[in-house]
Amino acid sequence: MKPAAFDYYAPLTTEAALALLAEHGEEGKILAGGQSLVPTMAFRLARPATLIDINRIASLDFCRADDEVLRIGALTRHARFETPFLPGPLGALLADVAHNIAHTPIRSRGTFCGSLAHADPASEWCCTALTLGATMVVANHVSERRVAVADWFQSLFTTALQPDELLTEARLPLRDESWRYGFYEFNRRAGDFALAMSVVALRLEGGVVREAQIGLGGVGTTPILAKDAAAALIGQAPGEAAWGIAAELAATCFEPTEDINASPEYRRDLVRAVTKRALRKAVA
Amino acid sequence: MKWSGQRLPRLEDPALLRGEGSFTADIAIGARCVRFVRSPYASGRIVSIKPPPDMPAGTLLVTGRDVAQLGAIRPTLARFNYAAIGQPVLPLERVHFVGQAIAAVVAATPELAEDLADLVMVDIDPEAAVVDLDAAIAPGAPVLHAESPGNVLVEGKLRQPACDEAFAGATHIEELGLRSRRQNATPMEARGGCASFDRATGRVRLTASCQMPHMLRTGIATVLDMPEADLQVIAPDVGGGFGQKMALFPEYPLLVWLARRHRGSFAWIEDRNENLIASAHSRDQRHVIRGAFDADGTLRALDVDILSNVGAFSCYPITCGVEPLMALAEYPGPYKVPAYAARARGITTNTCPMAPYRGVSRPIITFGIERLMERAAQALGVDPIALRRRNLVSSFPYRTATGMTLDAASYIEAMDLAAAAADLPGFRERQAVARRAGRYLGIGFSVFNERTGYGTPAFAARSMGIVPGYEVVDIAMTPAGEVEARIGASPHGQGLRTTLAQLIADRLGMAPAQVRIVHGDTDRTPYGWGSFASRGMVIAGGACQIAADKLAERLRQAAAVVLQASAETIVLRDGQAFAGDASVPIAELARLAHQRSDIFGTPDGEGRFNLAETASYDPGGTFSNACHVAEVEVDAETGHVRIERYVVVEDAGRLINPMIADGQVHGGVAQGIASALFEEIIYAEDGNILTGSLADYLPPTAAEIPVIEIIHLETISDASITGAKGLGEGGSIGAPAAIANAISDALAPFGVDITELPATPARIRALLRGREPRA
Amino acid sequence: MNTRHITLNVNGTDHAIEVEPRRTLADTLRDQCGLTGTHLGCEHGVCGACTIIVDDAPVRACLMFGVQAEGRLIRTVEGLADGQTLSPLQQSFWDNHGLQCGFCTPGFLMLATWLLERETMIDEAELRHVLSSNLCRCTGYQNILKAVREAAKGLGKWTESAPA
Ligand SMILES: Cc1cc2nc3c(=O)[nH]c(=O)nc-3n(C[C@H](O)[C@H](O)[C@H](O)COP(=O)(O)OP(=O)(O)OC[C@H]3O[C@@H](n4cnc5c(N)ncnc54)[C@H](O)[C@@H]3O)c2cc1C
Ligand code: FES
Ligand code: FES
Repeated sequence: MKPAAFDYYAPLTTEAALALLAEHGEEGKILAGGQSLVPTMAFRLARPATLIDINRIASLDFCRADDEVLRIGALTRHARFETPFLPGPLGALLADVAHNIAHTPIRSRGTFCGSLAHADPASEWCCTALTLGATMVVANHVSERRVAVADWFQSLFTTALQPDELLTEARLPLRDESWRYGFYEFNRRAGDFALAMSVVALRLEGGVVREAQIGLGGVGTTPILAKDAAAALIGQAPGEAAWGIAAELAATCFEPTEDINASPEYRRDLVRAVTKRALRKAVA
Repeated sequence: MKWSGQRLPRLEDPALLRGEGSFTADIAIGARCVRFVRSPYASGRIVSIKPPPDMPAGTLLVTGRDVAQLGAIRPTLARFNYAAIGQPVLPLERVHFVGQAIAAVVAATPELAEDLADLVMVDIDPEAAVVDLDAAIAPGAPVLHAESPGNVLVEGKLRQPACDEAFAGATHIEELGLRSRRQNATPMEARGGCASFDRATGRVRLTASCQMPHMLRTGIATVLDMPEADLQVIAPDVGGGFGQKMALFPEYPLLVWLARRHRGSFAWIEDRNENLIASAHSRDQRHVIRGAFDADGTLRALDVDILSNVGAFSCYPITCGVEPLMALAEYPGPYKVPAYAARARGITTNTCPMAPYRGVSRPIITFGIERLMERAAQALGVDPIALRRRNLVSSFPYRTATGMTLDAASYIEAMDLAAAAADLPGFRERQAVARRAGRYLGIGFSVFNERTGYGTPAFAARSMGIVPGYEVVDIAMTPAGEVEARIGASPHGQGLRTTLAQLIADRLGMAPAQVRIVHGDTDRTPYGWGSFASRGMVIAGGACQIAADKLAERLRQAAAVVLQASAETIVLRDGQAFAGDASVPIAELARLAHQRSDIFGTPDGEGRFNLAETASYDPGGTFSNACHVAEVEVDAETGHVRIERYVVVEDAGRLINPMIADGQVHGGVAQGIASALFEEIIYAEDGNILTGSLADYLPPTAAEIPVIEIIHLETISDASITGAKGLGEGGSIGAPAAIANAISDALAPFGVDITELPATPARIRALLRGREPRA
Repeated sequence: MNTRHITLNVNGTDHAIEVEPRRTLADTLRDQCGLTGTHLGCEHGVCGACTIIVDDAPVRACLMFGVQAEGRLIRTVEGLADGQTLSPLQQSFWDNHGLQCGFCTPGFLMLATWLLERETMIDEAELRHVLSSNLCRCTGYQNILKAVREAAKGLGKWTESAPA
């Protein structure tokens, strides 16, 4: 369980990192928190020839609220969100989500952007980013581009990121006070990747739901938005009746993956439960 | 001051706490690194195993051809139609399970060894494999070993004549099919060994993470056909074993072979993936159990059929009979079973071999008999506690249907105490309220006994070629007055260094800190068996007590000379020998005995006054007992089980160190909870293993294990000279049944119950899907 | 072999060593620095036996490479005691039988050392949450939790959970 050999670079600037990425192409891999990449290398399921360690690039270590967005730099660790980083419901959501990612020592290394780049279907940040409509800022040695989260997740562990690109920053929109958020996940053991999770965002006005997003994670090859389920909530008063209908729609809106932990039927059972519970938490 | 009975902090702890323990991997640093190439196929014919074209200098590849002259690992058993199959150190022709070592490479670092292992060119023709126990005995199944055409390696049968009659006349027959899925003991330190050749003496020292160093030495010497005296085996600090580290695994003879052949040091440190797929598995069993009951709930007869999937080979020395035959012998547990019939088969499949795991078959048979009691009670409309009370053995000694003697115990008292502690009426009220709110609470009991500290006669009854049992202790005093007790047993976390020192200190009137327990080194300790089967405290403890008494007698003789009193009047206390008011320090006696033997007139004609003694102890066995109660809440939507409360009433006789005893119960219960709810080794149909990491195989964390409340009873039985009974396995024996019963109780409104372990959330949901609770 | 010369500061002592970039920090500490108190139970981030403190944060030493730790302040189990004198946490593990085989112990000690050094008060839920990071196979966690709880009380860092 020892990684295969690789060349190691620890550039000090983003430019240097991008130049190395350009030079090494498919053979080069970014090393961020290492909490997904290193285990994969230990099993030799990944054998990158070159590792480009971004941990010494001070300019990527930022996390701040600017105008309408929360800007999360590539070196922002999960732990950063554990005590609410922002006031209000969004800060509380991110803290709740962070608390459910892996374990304390993993959260002190693992990064928000690393999770998005890795795109594990059961990643809490991926599900959160999709639900909240994040934007990715990616750069290669010649240019920078933005990718809407809707275009980001392509398939299992695959994103819109090109081999020569670095995800420098992820942006989460800051929404107004009328939004409520909820998160619930189910796993067998504390800290494990969830068998199913749901992140929900609701805008309440005049006692009814005006806008809604329901994200699901851990149930297919990418995180997904349960659009019909969210649409069914519009105009409804928050409560068990509405949650039940939405949960039912969420449970049937996807092609479940089958693995040693869950049959397709069981995944649907879980989606029904986690969606309902995330909705309950949003208005609790 | 008496040391036994005190919660003395352990003598072994400070070094471990400072990070200065010495585990096998710590000792192995600097040795050449061995990596095993493992079979990717569950079954197949080896066409060739070749080195890569450019083998780096200083590296080695060893294949079955190189070690073809070595003996096979072939444990024996003289009864039960046992097929004495052998396991080659490295196979020449066929592979039998995914993960089987098929070659070894050697390089300077572990990374380079792994690189090289990846490059070895393995050509195997895959063949049809069978991994499931039912499939393996179906007609036309692939045959693993020519010696055993039906894939049944061992079969035990017994049928008492009264059985058929009892079933024919029964008011109620309860029949139950049970499944227990495969598990891995998962010590936090995986296996590993370092074999070093000493050029001066020609001997090899093998340091290995093992539970039975003397047995390992015998086994390796046999396989390598080498003088046993040329091998020293050391068990240093061992990071848990739980049975997994008892067996002789092929990796160890290979290391010793390498050390002798290449006159150097060779280390293999197992990684977690290897440990999960290729060390040893346990508890893959299917039972069908039938009970004949009277209307009042009296059990008249029991008939069980046990299938145990023992994997591809038979574990040395105790054989693959260990699971099925234990189930056969001990199924009745603490209950009166007037007529008994049983059939138990060990089935070979293309899977990792089975070895004992804490409790061996007892977690499953307890699950079986305790589900039977609950089901019968339900069917007959009898209170399940009352039904148990009617059937529990209550006068001792009691001879069981399979000829074992149950010594004094507290089966009924423990159950009643547990029921009181659990506040059964209060719970039923809370349960009713919760049910109305759509929440499902349940309570479950498990009453069981644990055969512990059994010596040679018990093992001899199993007719194994090698019969473990006794333990020997060599005790001696140094000239400076410290006591050294050399024990054949080999603890790894059980705290024997402390508890045995407590026992000895009391007999000698000394402090435990002055008593050194020497263990885990075949050069420095007498032949003995090791720490398994909850035997350390009873057997090694008993031997220590006898040895210490003998040494005390010698000290009294020495003091009698020095104090000019008669030996009978000498009292050993507080490090001194007293004759009335006159006293002499024991340390002074030790100095005189060694350096001034002239003053003693050498009483035994040895030319010196000897402060050394040997003692052995080989008891017939004693049964500790316990009752566990689990309170759970089942989330009907997700199938998740939360343990709300866990109570253990434990009777392990006299407790030498209650703190250490509690620790054993805690650890056992946690493993029992793991068996009940979390852990499962899963094979794909082609024999590949799907749970090769700790992200897939799920030992529970501190978040899943509840507070464990322990209440002690202390029934003193004369079957153990120290009064202590073993308790190393009880926790893991009782928990699965208690939890399965609690879940079944919680789910009663749905009309379903638990017959398969682990009761994972997916399995629970599958039971509930499409069902509505009855009011 | 592609190796680097680096200096690691461990428990306040500099170690000038030569390592392959692929060598994990855990293996580097054990093999190159001779500090074998950091144990390896899985090498894939789940068991926590390798937990150490790097720049005031608990980390899995099996998921960092040795070369990444240059210039960082590394703390391992060997740095907890002052000679033969155990730290209050170590002493609490001893008094409360917080270890059996002792293999998981260094990881739990480092994780809990970090927990006790934080500014915040600790309650039962937080204790269980943080300690659920590491696996122990021997103790059923009962006495590990107790040892840390008692140590926290001794340091004035314990608070009873708010009633539910
Ligand atoms: C025991 C354990 C349990 C875990 N449980 C969970 C869990 O419950 N939920 C969860 O979400 N995660 C979990 N994780 C994973 C953890 O959260 C990782 O930190 C995360 O998935 C990846 O972040 P990282 O910074 O560690 O990325 P790395 O491991 O460094 O990299 C992951 C991948 O992303 C690429 N990459 C990283 N950063 C960038 C970037 N800025 N630009 C381009 N490419 C990049 C890398 O090249 C690599 O391919 C667990 C990990 C462990 C070891
Ligand atoms: S060895 Fe690092 S987490 Fe297990
Ligand atoms: S004490 Fe043995 S693993 Fe924790």
